[in-house]
Amino acid sequence: MIIDSDHYTVNVNGVDRQVTDSWLGESLLDVLRDRLGLIGSKGACEQGECGSCSVLVDDELVCSCLVMAAGVVGRTVVTIEGVAPAGTPTDVQAAFVEAGAVQCGFCTPGLVMAVHDLLERSPDPGDTEIREELAGNVCRCTGYGRIIDAVQRVAVARRDVGGAS
Amino acid sequence: MLADEPGATLLCGGTDLMVEVNEGHRRPDRTVMMVNRITELRSWRHDPAAGTVTIGAAVTYSELMREPLASLLPALAEASRTVGSPQIRNAGTLGGNLGTCSPAGDGLPVLAAAGATVTLASASGTRTVDVVDFMLGVKRTDRRAGELIAAVTVPVAAGWQGYAKVGVRNAMVIAVASACLVVDVPQRSVGLALGSVGPTVLRCPQAEAFLAERVDWDSARVDRDALVAFGELAAAASTPITDHRSTAEYRRHAVGVMAERLARRAFDLHEEESR
Amino acid sequence: MTVVEQLPAVIEGRHGTIGTSPGRPDGVAKVQGTFAFSSDLHADGCLWGATLRSPHPHARIRSIDVSGAWRIDGVEAVITAEDVPGDLHYGLISHDQPVFASEVVRYVGEPVAAVAADHPETCRRALAAIVVDYEPLDPLLDPEAAIAGTAADIHPDGNVIRHQRIVRGDVDATGDVVVEGTYEIGMQDQAFLGLEAALAVPDPGGGGVELHVATQWLHEDRTQIAACLGLPEESVRLVLGGVGGAFGAREDISLQVHTCLLALRLGRPVKIHYSRAESFLGHVHRHPATIRMRHHATADGEIVKIEARMVFDGGAYASTSSAVLINAITHAQGPYRCDNALVDGWAVRTNHLPCGAMRGFGVVQACFAHESQMDKLALACGLDPVEVRLRNAMRTGDPLITGQPVLNVAPVERCIRETAALPLPDTPVGGFPSEDGTFDAMQLPGGAGRTADRGDVVRGVGWGVAIKNLMYSEGFDDYATARCRLADGVVTLKFATSEVGQGFVTIAPQIARTILGVDDVVLDRIDTQVGSAGSTSASRQTWMSGGAVDLACRTVRERLFEAVAGRFAADVEGLDALRLSIDGTDVVDTVSGWRLPVAEAAAGMTIDETVEYRHPETEDLDENGQGNCHTAFAFVAHRAVVDVDPRLGLVKVVQIATAQDVGRALNPLSVTGQIEGGIAQGLGLAVMEEIVQVDGVIRNGNFTDYLLPTFLDMPEVVATLIEEPDPHAPLGAKGVGEPPCISSTPAIVAAIRDALRRVDGVGRPLDRVPVRPGDICV
Repeated sequence: MIIDSDHYTVNVNGVDRQVTDSWLGESLLDVLRDRLGLIGSKGACEQGECGSCSVLVDDELVCSCLVMAAGVVGRTVVTIEGVAPAGTPTDVQAAFVEAGAVQCGFCTPGLVMAVHDLLERSPDPGDTEIREELAGNVCRCTGYGRIIDAVQRVAVARRDVGGAS
Repeated sequence: MLADEPGATLLCGGTDLMVEVNEGHRRPDRTVMMVNRITELRSWRHDPAAGTVTIGAAVTYSELMREPLASLLPALAEASRTVGSPQIRNAGTLGGNLGTCSPAGDGLPVLAAAGATVTLASASGTRTVDVVDFMLGVKRTDRRAGELIAAVTVPVAAGWQGYAKVGVRNAMVIAVASACLVVDVPQRSVGLALGSVGPTVLRCPQAEAFLAERVDWDSARVDRDALVAFGELAAAASTPITDHRSTAEYRRHAVGVMAERLARRAFDLHEEESR
Repeated sequence: MTVVEQLPAVIEGRHGTIGTSPGRPDGVAKVQGTFAFSSDLHADGCLWGATLRSPHPHARIRSIDVSGAWRIDGVEAVITAEDVPGDLHYGLISHDQPVFASEVVRYVGEPVAAVAADHPETCRRALAAIVVDYEPLDPLLDPEAAIAGTAADIHPDGNVIRHQRIVRGDVDATGDVVVEGTYEIGMQDQAFLGLEAALAVPDPGGGGVELHVATQWLHEDRTQIAACLGLPEESVRLVLGGVGGAFGAREDISLQVHTCLLALRLGRPVKIHYSRAESFLGHVHRHPATIRMRHHATADGEIVKIEARMVFDGGAYASTSSAVLINAITHAQGPYRCDNALVDGWAVRTNHLPCGAMRGFGVVQACFAHESQMDKLALACGLDPVEVRLRNAMRTGDPLITGQPVLNVAPVERCIRETAALPLPDTPVGGFPSEDGTFDAMQLPGGAGRTADRGDVVRGVGWGVAIKNLMYSEGFDDYATARCRLADGVVTLKFATSEVGQGFVTIAPQIARTILGVDDVVLDRIDTQVGSAGSTSASRQTWMSGGAVDLACRTVRERLFEAVAGRFAADVEGLDALRLSIDGTDVVDTVSGWRLPVAEAAAGMTIDETVEYRHPETEDLDENGQGNCHTAFAFVAHRAVVDVDPRLGLVKVVQIATAQDVGRALNPLSVTGQIEGGIAQGLGLAVMEEIVQVDGVIRNGNFTDYLLPTFLDMPEVVATLIEEPDPHAPLGAKGVGEPPCISSTPAIVAAIRDALRRVDGVGRPLDRVPVRPGDICV
């Protein structure tokens, strides 16, 4: 398949979106933010070191700053704008607010994506596992304690309810 | 396609190339070949008769950490676990690691210690090269124009194997120094490869021969002095530099310690010494 | 995290009032990704701007040829120093920093020109096409040469930014025990995640501009921007864009003037957005410092005299170096009694990256020195680290070495004892085994790298205690403004207090709900349409802006009570405004018990009050460093448990325990967040964070090589909040942001030293932070 970087279609949050006038090598993060108006994913390091740009591509958590946008043609992309039904925060999002896991909030969208991904793969993670699996998301404000608390609240609540929400 | 555009940029997981693009150091000219979309390159194959696993260049680190690959190639799974984060492991590939050929690449000491081979494909066919011959220098490989890395073939574990890597923090680090030890019990030999202490990953033939000779293969035991001397030989084999990440002295010291500890994990101490 | 004495089991007050922990009002927007940071802002017709920066630490500019940039399609403007209509220089204390360098560049990264174009990529090409002819000069990189005067001035203001001595008591006093050391603190970066970004929208006609920017102090920015634009201040309006963390790096002007200049020149909105590499160059950093200290003490470990020489490398421009230095030297004694002192402090100019405010503001450096000294003192006197600190612990009324009595609550002994009372971690080295008997390498030093086995690791415990001044000093007119409007049963608050993530937007409504008995509180936009709130720094906003909101709400309440007393005088005998109070959501007559819901009492009324809150004046220091130069003080203790791999020099912090003097926790969950976040930054300075400059050139301006603590690096934090309301603080609450990052660093280093001493009885001095693996290896 040959994709013309000037003009292609990407599927984001279930919707096909046209990308025009792009340039070869433009990252998915830049396309999402600058061309598709999806500003929820954030860029803080340009190197995949901080996780603020985390999205799902074909259900896998990746750093969108390291994904060439044209390369996701034919795949599905889910961003922070797409994790929740319109307007209603997910249980992870609600837990972040209740547990005090949000301060400046810049790392938060990427972390919400990473936590959703973690709990899908490992519904009842212990403290060390949470730390290892979220090590790709850097937070400069919180020191991580309240975030871990938020993750554990969701894991417990889902267990009590008997399944993922 | 590569035959038509031998200078095309090859892109697999993007975890190396896209950093350069983002920093403005690199702009792909005309064509980027998305290697990770080639289905055959995303698969792997175990050949029990040959005792090898052939891994497509686009297989990701996350995939290398899963069973049954993790049991067939435990050191590669360990090395994969040290790579960055889940985000990086879901995208980063062994082929990319080889293509970039940084001396700090985490998969590379494992491939070198295990005696892996690289298969390159082009319009005119394929060729296979030993990994240690493929890695020529800092970010320089034997890949020729018009070729792409198709697969890596790695011997299945025939004994203990393990990987260790030193970085200043507890996660998400580029190796300041790294080491992989592969024990081949039937052959009564070991392979030791060191990362970040030379222009490419280094094998240590002298240290390997020494340890192979000192191990009591029947009991799988070794004495403490031999472990210490093994570490010293490993350190002596290294040719590290000083840069903004670390000093040559520390790197040399660190690979020696890691080699000693890997060997200690691989074998039991002789009875008198393990009390 | 286990937190002791923090959240009460039963919420005492009404939800959302002082003392409870309501969620932050912007929390939902932040978790959904709809909250607009300054980098998310856009305007129709907006152009992109970018900055050309010097590659040399010191060079003369022979010429700047911008013609190449103009030839590129899509480039709309190229500006240099010639295009600055107003003041050519700006700065927080002295105006010594050029908007654009014209004759000389003094640090790598100094702005030389800026462009505006239709796309960031066009900007990049335009910058690459500008040709600057530099004549490199020898950079001044040695602070001692700046002090000695042996180097030529690299700036008309000279190479010494500030020199101050402190002389107190008997400088010739001696003690039976003398311990000394020379301590070095490396350059730490604030590394906020929300990269610098601003959007400038010019007024039609060009007489003014509206700037949306992430900053710490809207009004101070405005003053400097207006001066450089040659415009009256009223013509420059600032609106706070969402701020992605600050930690001191947004106190100084970075892209504000450049963005406005481009926008005004073009009559179109212009947006500038820094990359991470540019951000490392584009803001000030924590001062690297060398501190020599000597403690004289009795044989019982009581401090007799402190001597210190502190040298702070301020880099190319003055920023707030003067104030940072004063903070450092006036805190030299730590939270301990000391009658005699001789301290000499220097803040100097070099061709290194400019330094200024970072959380802790000079006290971080002083604390590493004085706490390292206290441990040496303990060893020399045969005391344990806790005992030596208890013996010297300051109390309310004790003076600093400046002569200033500490009038605040000073629970130093309590901080230490309550920290000591927190349980040590129950996890052994390497953690507990899993069901199959194996140990998880993640719990050992080296973490994911699997470099150690349990037998390779030694555990150590270390202590740090700190005093930190709150608010501004040396006579600065420090105040905050707040407006409170009560109408139609809703309270609207307006303030210019910069919300950088610390949670002022959460506690401001809590204050209003408590004072006015109204649950529905709305926050107006944060901008310059109300008076200055001062900077979000110096742990001052809870006290100052909280004090202003408190005062504004009380003023509104007084007016409400007067109106109620007037309206119901006939119904309640002797009803008087002075008898009225708020209970829950009712107005209550405290004499008769008569009550009326606030909503009814305020029906049909609009009460609108704007107030300024000021703290008592402070003094300058005289030539002997004597004077009441600070406003108030807070205290904290930290205990660190660290596992060390002595052969590889790798470290895993296992637990940090802390008791912090917070006065009153207005929002306990927010306080917890400040404590944990501050400790993370203290941990970073202790073991991994440093900007490396070689020959004046930064080597690690990216997140691959400037390492921030990850989830796997941060330990469990156990905390006790010591709540002894301070009678001087308007709400009894002290600022809490800085203390957590101050004594956590020396506690961690002390723990590493302790672990190494257990290996060979001697250990390693570890007198430099961040501690590197090569410093530890034995």
